[in-house]
This record gives sequence, structure tokens and C-alpha cells, in this order.
Amino acid sequence: MTTSTPPVAQHPGPTAESGGERSAAARFWRSLTRTTTGQVYLALIAILVVCWVVVAIKGSNLLSIDSIADMLIRSVALGIVAAGQTLVIIGMSLDLSVAWVISLTSIVAAVVMDGSNANIAPGILVVLALGMAIGLVNGLVITKLRVNPFIATLGVALIIQGFIESRWDGVVEGVPGGFEDSLGYSEIGPLPIAVLLLVAVYALVWFLLRYTRFGHQLYAVGGSEEVSKLSGVRTHRILIMAHVICSLCAAVTGLYLAARLGAGSPLVGTDGGYDLESIAAVVLGGTYLLGGRGSVLGTLAGVFILAILDSTFNALEVNAFAKDVVRGVIIIVAVAAYSFRWKERRVRKIGAGPAPAVTGNAPQTQTPGANA
Amino acid sequence: MNVSPGEESREAAGGAATATRSPLLQMRGIKKDFLGVHVLHGIDLECAAGEVHAIVGENGAGKSTLMKILAGAYTPSAGEIIIDGKPQKFSHPLEAQQAGVSIIYQEFNLLPDRTVAENVFLGREPKRGFIVDRAKMERETEKLLREFAPDDPIPPDELVGRLSVAQQQTVEIAKALSLDSKILVMDEPTASLAAHEVERLFTRVKRLRERGMAILYISHRLKEIFELAQRITVLKDGQKVKTVNADEVSSAELVKLMVGRDLDQYFPPRGDPSKRGDVKLRVRGGATDVLANIDLDIHAGEILGVAGLQGSGRTELARAIFGADPFLEGTVEIDGKPVKINSPQQAIAHGIGFVSEDRKSEGLTLAQSVRDNVALAWRGLARRRRNQLTINVKDLCQAVELRSRGLGQEVRFLSGGNQQKVVIAKWLATEPQLVIFDEPTRGIDVGAKAGIHDLIRGLANDGVAVLMISSELPEVIGMSDRIIVMRNGQIAGELPAGPTEAEIMFLATGEEDIEAETEADLAKIQEELSSAGEGGKS
Amino acid sequence: MSTSAAPVPEGPSGVGEGAPSALARVLGVLRAIPVVWYLTIILWVWIAAINPLFAEPSGFLAYLKQAAPLAILAAGAFFVLASGEFDLSVGSLVTVCVVIAAAVSDGDPSKTVPVIALLFVIGLIVGLINGVVTTIFRVPSFITTLAMLLILDGAVWLYTSGSPKGALADNFREIGRMGIDVPVIEQLPYSVIILVAIGAFSVWLMRGHFGRQVLAVGDNDRAAALSGINVTRVRITAFVLSALSAVIAGILLGGFAGVTAQVGQGLEFEAITAAVLGGTVLGGGRGSVVNAMAGALALTALFSWLNLQGVSGALEDAVEGVIIIAAVAVASYRLREGS
Repeated sequence: MTTSTPPVAQHPGPTAESGGERSAAARFWRSLTRTTTGQVYLALIAILVVCWVVVAIKGSNLLSIDSIADMLIRSVALGIVAAGQTLVIIGMSLDLSVAWVISLTSIVAAVVMDGSNANIAPGILVVLALGMAIGLVNGLVITKLRVNPFIATLGVALIIQGFIESRWDGVVEGVPGGFEDSLGYSEIGPLPIAVLLLVAVYALVWFLLRYTRFGHQLYAVGGSEEVSKLSGVRTHRILIMAHVICSLCAAVTGLYLAARLGAGSPLVGTDGGYDLESIAAVVLGGTYLLGGRGSVLGTLAGVFILAILDSTFNALEVNAFAKDVVRGVIIIVAVAAYSFRWKERRVRKIGAGPAPAVTGNAPQTQTPGANA
Repeated sequence: MNVSPGEESREAAGGAATATRSPLLQMRGIKKDFLGVHVLHGIDLECAAGEVHAIVGENGAGKSTLMKILAGAYTPSAGEIIIDGKPQKFSHPLEAQQAGVSIIYQEFNLLPDRTVAENVFLGREPKRGFIVDRAKMERETEKLLREFAPDDPIPPDELVGRLSVAQQQTVEIAKALSLDSKILVMDEPTASLAAHEVERLFTRVKRLRERGMAILYISHRLKEIFELAQRITVLKDGQKVKTVNADEVSSAELVKLMVGRDLDQYFPPRGDPSKRGDVKLRVRGGATDVLANIDLDIHAGEILGVAGLQGSGRTELARAIFGADPFLEGTVEIDGKPVKINSPQQAIAHGIGFVSEDRKSEGLTLAQSVRDNVALAWRGLARRRRNQLTINVKDLCQAVELRSRGLGQEVRFLSGGNQQKVVIAKWLATEPQLVIFDEPTRGIDVGAKAGIHDLIRGLANDGVAVLMISSELPEVIGMSDRIIVMRNGQIAGELPAGPTEAEIMFLATGEEDIEAETEADLAKIQEELSSAGEGGKS
Repeated sequence: MSTSAAPVPEGPSGVGEGAPSALARVLGVLRAIPVVWYLTIILWVWIAAINPLFAEPSGFLAYLKQAAPLAILAAGAFFVLASGEFDLSVGSLVTVCVVIAAAVSDGDPSKTVPVIALLFVIGLIVGLINGVVTTIFRVPSFITTLAMLLILDGAVWLYTSGSPKGALADNFREIGRMGIDVPVIEQLPYSVIILVAIGAFSVWLMRGHFGRQVLAVGDNDRAAALSGINVTRVRITAFVLSALSAVIAGILLGGFAGVTAQVGQGLEFEAITAAVLGGTVLGGGRGSVVNAMAGALALTALFSWLNLQGVSGALEDAVEGVIIIAAVAVASYRLREGS
């Protein structure tokens, strides 16, 4: 009589084999083709090639030094925000307040620095503290008040929006020349400081995720709050920390944009669509929207992809507004494409579990912070 | 009835004798009730260091509940837990873990997207300064794995989701070891393992035993128990029947201890077999990824009982017939005509209803009213059919003798029995020809059970074909006109009305689980079982 | 919050030994009335105290005219929320409707009827896309509708290149502004009539098969599916209803507020806030459409009250943010405590 083995959660890819071929080259190839992050980078290269061809047909060079520098600069603002967004999404949460945090911090920077180079340092400190405070509020509302993350962060966004719109109408002057020059435009060697900032942020976040207890436990919390709690993880603390860092990243982006524009602006966050685009970058980078897995390096690839597409549209002189439409479509397609893969995996339990039942799609079944 | 502490425990097969000492684990007088329903009635259990103590009993006997209390997932209503001479009170599984208790559930507590090492050290990641020392994590994990599972090397940096079930189980054990657990509870550990993986598990369990761990092993596979355990505790209906030494009892005796109770329950009289209707539903060669070789007929007006142990495929059979997890092979006929049932909607259109096992998550919309729940399936019917069947919620509720504060009351406030009646009324509204019941009286107090039984028999008497899955042997025996017994995803056999519990259990556990060397032995055991439990006959 | 507007106490609260006293009965009725109605009436009274014009028919009807679009949006939001999803695209859909109506009709009254038909077609398509992508492609609804918001916004700008073209015809604008001449109260605004009609229609829907299925799907889609409900169809229909409510709101707002590219901005969130204030539970399965519309009345009254207190218009957003967080937190707390 045969024993039938119930389905087991299997990831695509080779099952563990003993010892064997683990040469560096083989490992690199494996990580490039088999891991999601690797695949995203392959996609990045493919997209780059396609776009380069398309743009070349039009007569320009997508890969000229100027163009590449341009794409890199474009990536900085979105990139920094997306790094923070990666953290909260890994924790099965979300932050839709980032766009307004960016606007607020750009304004506060201008106001505190008040045109004087001597105020740059305090300005930066105040802005960073503000970012952390907002993140703290987000985290507390989500964990302690048990409010659905996107209602919580959208609510906070509204509060910030109301505050900004009631006090400031247009561009806010006050960014001192020194700040504008250094962060916004100067270079160290061939690289703009901004790009170095981007690299630093990603290195830091990558390090956090891979080498600190916080990072490890964040993945666990996003994977399963239950299992984490049973192993003694302080789930609320971890989530709050993730939100603090996310808003901190948004604050850094605000600083950068203030430097770039030479002023603070109430609309800089929403104009850039940083809320939705940061989520898009994270999703494109292969991070699972329902938490527990993902890589910030993948997010970086996602950011680059969006930057390449942006530059391509510009080179093709596509209507600026059409870009929005295309971006929206891309987001949906990306999430849908990943969704199929995710649904398959998510539904299977480890161990002897019953067959999966019919599932609906309401987000409340997956978000932390019960709201229903 | 207790095995007194200090008694020497010997092994059933091979290995050195373990020294005597006062037992590492003592559970005394453990009682548990949930909302007034008594589930455990004062259980005593002991386990010494270096002992494998098996816990057996049919479904619902209380094994899982008892173990969950030990693991800190539930708090006992009475009784105490003593570990190493020190009384313990656990209000959270973490506390049990810190006291040295680890439990491996059937559904593992692992994170599939993290590596083996990351899972093992979750929450206790080793640090060097303030950096997590991944190398150390992987080294320690590898050491653990190599030590006690050298026959199946698992790389510590492999994602747990990529491992086989057996390997995932190994990771769970490694986790317990890394926590320096003294007491390990394993709940049906071989449920999804292939034969050679089971062998490996045995080797490992023996090794753990040699290390001095106290192991509590829940299983219904008697063969395994005899291979591994020193002592066996039999639970039945929330009580301890007996604790025996494994080498002093035969499998037949064990089965007898597990079953055979006085049938003082009333069941409505069974149908007259000669008046049985035609075949309503026929399945031939039905198979899914869990089921195989399903051939069955269900007649109009009869109650076909489905017995079998947990994991034998009963619910999967129900879901296949209902189209929730449809058959991948085979044919289904209704009233002699072949049909394709690939979704619940199609099944309902063909007149099939399904009272599922978990009424709260699958049968009811708890925040809605009685009226809305009773009308739920009816509302899902195609418009033409809906117009044919006028629904009168009040009449339906009366027909099932529902007791609620009006039709507008939210269903979540009803008792379990009344909730089940709402589900039944819901299906009655669709005028079904075949109704499947999966554990129809689970979680319902004794008083209400009779009402449900009457309803089910009433349905059959009205000509409806009934398929009834139940883990409660008296219920299966008392209610069914015929019984099929499932095992390992197939139908192991069929029994006529009124078999003994032992006969059912024999089919449910399978010949290979019972020590029978020759045909003669097998026949002798079968005879023993049929004569066992006079009280089992109704 | 009680889920029914009927003044009958339900649940384990209430009935004690023996017949309840008259006082207990009155209290029972009072307790069953949803909080949102208390809030609304308190605000109305307060506003009337500050601004006596509010108490007069013309003043009160003017307020209703202002609240009508939001109330209609709240009804649409209710269907989607009750089914367990979110629709964040309604605000930009409102904008799209207004802008397209202006551009296509360009002031020509004879085009009004075909234009309105066109708007409904657009709404239907948007609703279908939202529904299909969410259910069949399994994209979480807040992402789908957020992306749709982006697409619609982009489309508007694309079409108008920044500033809306054309103008709405006079007869079109009348819908949102004018009404029937009636003795005593002078004028019964069309918006109010439409509001009441939509309210009645929604109540009728909720009492019927569809409404009951919506609540079942939002409450427990697994049980609903296992009972034979076509969960996909129910959810898609809910999205379509939400989109159509945006179209109607857009028609009213076009007349009432004029044609701008910001006319719909933020409305999706206001609609959700209104629904939650009215006791709709995020995640589905509970709530009443009438109470959701009452939430819109309360919210509009609240903003009026804030204005009268001298709070600047922009801060309304902040207030709204606080309200929605508070409302959801309270609702989630009550749900966990159970009854």
C-alpha cells in the first residue's frame, strides 16, 4: 500500500544536495539565475538593452555619460525612499505617508537652515529627528492601536498634508547655498555626492537586514507574526523600528530634494509620486508584498529600471502625463505577475497540512494590526 | 492504574536499559475545559529522562490538548506540571520553552523563506559585538545536524521552504536541541513521511533518547510505538485508561484499550436496508493528489458513514465530491448520469450540500443574522432554480428546531449546536439530494447532539442520500446504515451496519501497523477484535 | 457600533429577568441608534446655534446640496468596503468625469445627455477593470485602485495638458446647482432628490440578494464560496457600483463646484472616512449603507463647523486624518473586545 505524501511547500530551485559543487563561479551563476534578486538584475540589463536600442533608433544615446549620470541622479531620491519602504514591506506593513514626509522635511530644512550655512547641521538634525518621530507615530498607530497600515499611514499623510497646506502655499525659501551646492551638485571624483549618499544608504540598509538581529527578526515578523512571537521575538518593537527607519529615509530624501531644488516645497513629495513609486520599486525588485522575503538590492534594481524607463520616455519625448499612465500600468502588471507566483507559495503550509481552501483577496487577511 | 515512579523501564527492542530516577516530567491531575465543555478529566502522566513515552487514543481523546498544556499553549483548569522536581506554571509557550519543553506540531512552526540556521536561532541570533554572527549560526547548526542526523546532510544555509517535509522536521528537532530542551513532544511525527524517512526518524529518536531526553510521542501507528516506546499511555474521552509497558502488551490489547465503550447513547433507529433507494451518487476510480482508487456508491435514503483516522483522507473525499478540491481522475455519476463537478457551485446545482468540519470558518458568516445565513446557499443558486424553491426561513428554522433570539440575531452569539442547525437549515433550503456531513456534532454538547442526529436521520428518511464523516466511533456505528473506512487516502474496507469499534479501528490502522507475521496471526487478531467490546455493539 | 438602523436591541445585552421597565426599553432603543446619527444631530444643532440660517430650509438644503456628492460616494464606498476591498480611484474618476464632460460638451446643451451616457460608460469600464484586476489577477485592491488613481490622473492631464478645456453646458450644471421649485421651501435641489433616490436604491440593493451576498463575501469569503456564491462576480459588481457612484458624484460636483483639475482630489479618502464613521468595518461584512451616508452628512457638517470656528480649510485634511485613524482604531478595539 502506498503512502501518499501531502504537498510540501517547495520553492523553485534545486533541493539541497550534500557538499558538492560550490565553486565561486558556480555560486555566482546560481545566485544570478536562480534567486529573485538575480533575476531582477538580469531583467534590468535586458530592459536597458531594449531601451538603448529604442532610443538609438530615435537618434540619441541612452548610455552616454550624461545620460547615465542623469539616470543615477534620478535614482537617488526615489532610491533612498525605496530603501526604507523595503524595510516596512518586508515586515508585512506599508508606508503611504512618505510623499508628504518628504515635502514636510524639505520645508522644515529650508525653514530651520534659514539661508545660513551655519544652520545646516542643526537643520539636518531637526529634519532627521522629525522623520524618526513620524515613523514612531506610524509604528505605534499600527501596532498599539491595531490600525491597518495603509489607513494608518494614509491618515498620517493627511494630517501632514493639512498641516503643510495651512501654513505654506508655494516654494519655501531658506536653503543655504552651501547646502545646495554640496549635497545637490558637488562631486567627489567622478561621482556626485548624491550617488555616494545613495550607495551609503543602501549599504547601511543591506547591512541592517543581513547582519543585525533587527534585520533577521524583521524577516521573521513579516513571514509569520505567530511563529516569531512563539520564538520570543518582540514583534511590535521590530515593526516600529522598521517604520522609524522608513520615515528616516523619507526625511533624508527630503533633505536631498531641498538641496537639489534650493528650496523646500509642499508638492515635491506628491509630484514625484514617491509613495506609489517606492512601492513599485520594491515590488519590481522582487520583495514579496506580503512580507517575509525580499532584498534591498532588488529594490535598487527596481529603482534603476524605473529610472531607465523615465529617461527613455524623456528621450522619446513622450508626454509627461502619459508617463503616469504607463507607470500605473507597470505597477499593476508587476504586482499581478508576482502575485501568481506568491499565491502559489503562500498558500502551502509546511508539514502535514490540509489542502488549501478558496481564498479571497481582501488585504485585511494579511496585514498586521487587526482592523476587522 | 498509574505506573509508579521509580519503576524500571525497559526497552521493547534492543538498546541499553535506562537508569531509574524520579521522572523528569510529571503531570498530575490535569483538567481542562473550554467554555464549560470538559475536555480533560484529570490526567496523570509521567516521563523519565531517556524514555520514549507514547500517547495513543482515537481522535478527540485529548492527546493534543494535553500536549498543548504541557507546551504552554493552553493553561490547565486544574492540576500541575512538575519538571525536574520543580512545579511549573506556563502562561505562554515561551515559558514552557524556557523550562526545557519543546513541541513539534504537525504544522511546523518554521519560516519557509528563511534558512535552516536562521530558523533554528530565531530570536536568539548569536552576536559578535552587535553584528549577527552568521558563521557561528551556521556552524552550530551544522554541528547539531551532523551529530544527530548524519545520514541526511542539510546545508544550514538552505531555505527551509526548499526542504522536504522530513528535512523540515529535522530542522524542528534541531531547534529543540539548540534550545537545550529536556522534554520533546512530537505530535504525529510520521504523518507525512515516506517509509525510509520514518526509519531515519526512528534512529534519531533513539539517539535523542540516549542523550537523556524525555520524549512524548503521539501516534496512532502502533508499529512505530512498539519500536520506539518504553511505556504507552492510552487516553480515551479525556481520561487516562491505562499506562502500560510496551513490552507487556500486544497490539490487539492496545486496540481494545483504545476503543470499546458502553454504548449508552441513544441513536435514532436505522433505515431498513430493503427499503433503500437507488444509487444517488457513484464514484469510480476517483483520485486526487491525496486520494486514490475511490469507488463508492451512496444510495438515496441511506446514511453512509465514513470512518478513519486523522489524515486518512475523509475530509478530502468530501471536498472532492463537493467540488472544492475536485477529483483529478475517475468518474462521478448522479442518478446514473455522468457529471463533472469542479466547483462547489456545480455541486450545489446538482443538489449536493456540504456541512463542513469547521462551521465557523467554512459554514457560517458569523457577523450576519440567522436569516442571512440560512438563506446563504439559496442566494447562490441560479435565478431559475432560486425561483423554483421558495424559501421560508422561519419554517426552516422550525424544522431544525433552532433556538435563537429571533431571526435577526447574529449567528456568532449562538451556541455550537444551534450554529450547526443554522448550517443544516442553510442546505435544506436548497432541497439537496445528497448531503455530506463532516464531523456533524464536533464541539456540540451532549444535549444538542441528539437533536442533530435526529435531523440527519430525518433527512435520510425523506430520501436524501447522506454521507457522514465522523471521528466518534459510537456516532459512526450508531448512525450509519453502512460504513466505509478510509486509510492513507484510500478506502480500506466496508462494513455493514452495527460493526464493533474494534473492527473499524482494525481497518483504520491497517495490517502493517499491527504485528502480524503470518496469515494465521492476522486471522487470530481479527477474531479477537470482533469479539472484543461487547458494549460496542448497539 | 450597531449594524442595523432598526430600533430593536439585539445581542446578549438587554434582556434581563422579567419585563424590562419603560426606562430600560427607551435606553435600549437609544443605545441601538448608531453613534454617527448622534454625532450628526449634535453638529447640526451646534451649527444652527452659531449660524441661524442653517436652521432655515434654504440654509439646510444648501448644506445637503454640498453633502450630496460625498454621501453618494460613501454609498459606493460602502459596497466595496463591505465586500472586503478598497477603492481608492473614485476621487480621480470624479475629476475625469468633470473634465471630460467639459471638454466634450464644450458648453453645448444638446450634448449633455450623450455626454452623461459617455460618463457612465467610462465609469463602468473603470469599475470593471478595478474588479477584474483585483479578483482575477489577484492584485491587492488598494494597489489596483491606487494605480488606477495614478492612471486616471495621468489621463486627465494628458487629455487636458494641464488646464481643463471647454465648459459644462448650462443644463448640465443645473443638476448640481438647481432644483425643483416647490412651495414653502422654495427649491428642492436636484442633488437632494438624487441623493434620496440613490439612498433608496442602495437600501433596496442591500436588502436584496446582491446586498446580502456582499456582506457574506466580506464577512467570510471562504464560507460564501463553499455555499455557492460567485465571489468574483459580487466583488466586481461592487467595484462597478463604486465607480458609478463616482460618476454621479462627478456630475453633481461639476455643477456645484465647477470645473477644475482638483475637483475630485482626496474624495476617495473622504468617502472611506465617511463610511467608517458610519460604522462600516474595514475588511468587510458589517455596516449599513444608510449609516455610511450619514457619515458623509456628519463629515460635511464637521467641516462646516470647523469653518465656522475659524479653522482654515487646509487643516480639514489634518482633521480628517485624525478622524479616520481614530475611527478605525476604535472600531478595531470594539471588535476585539467582542460583545
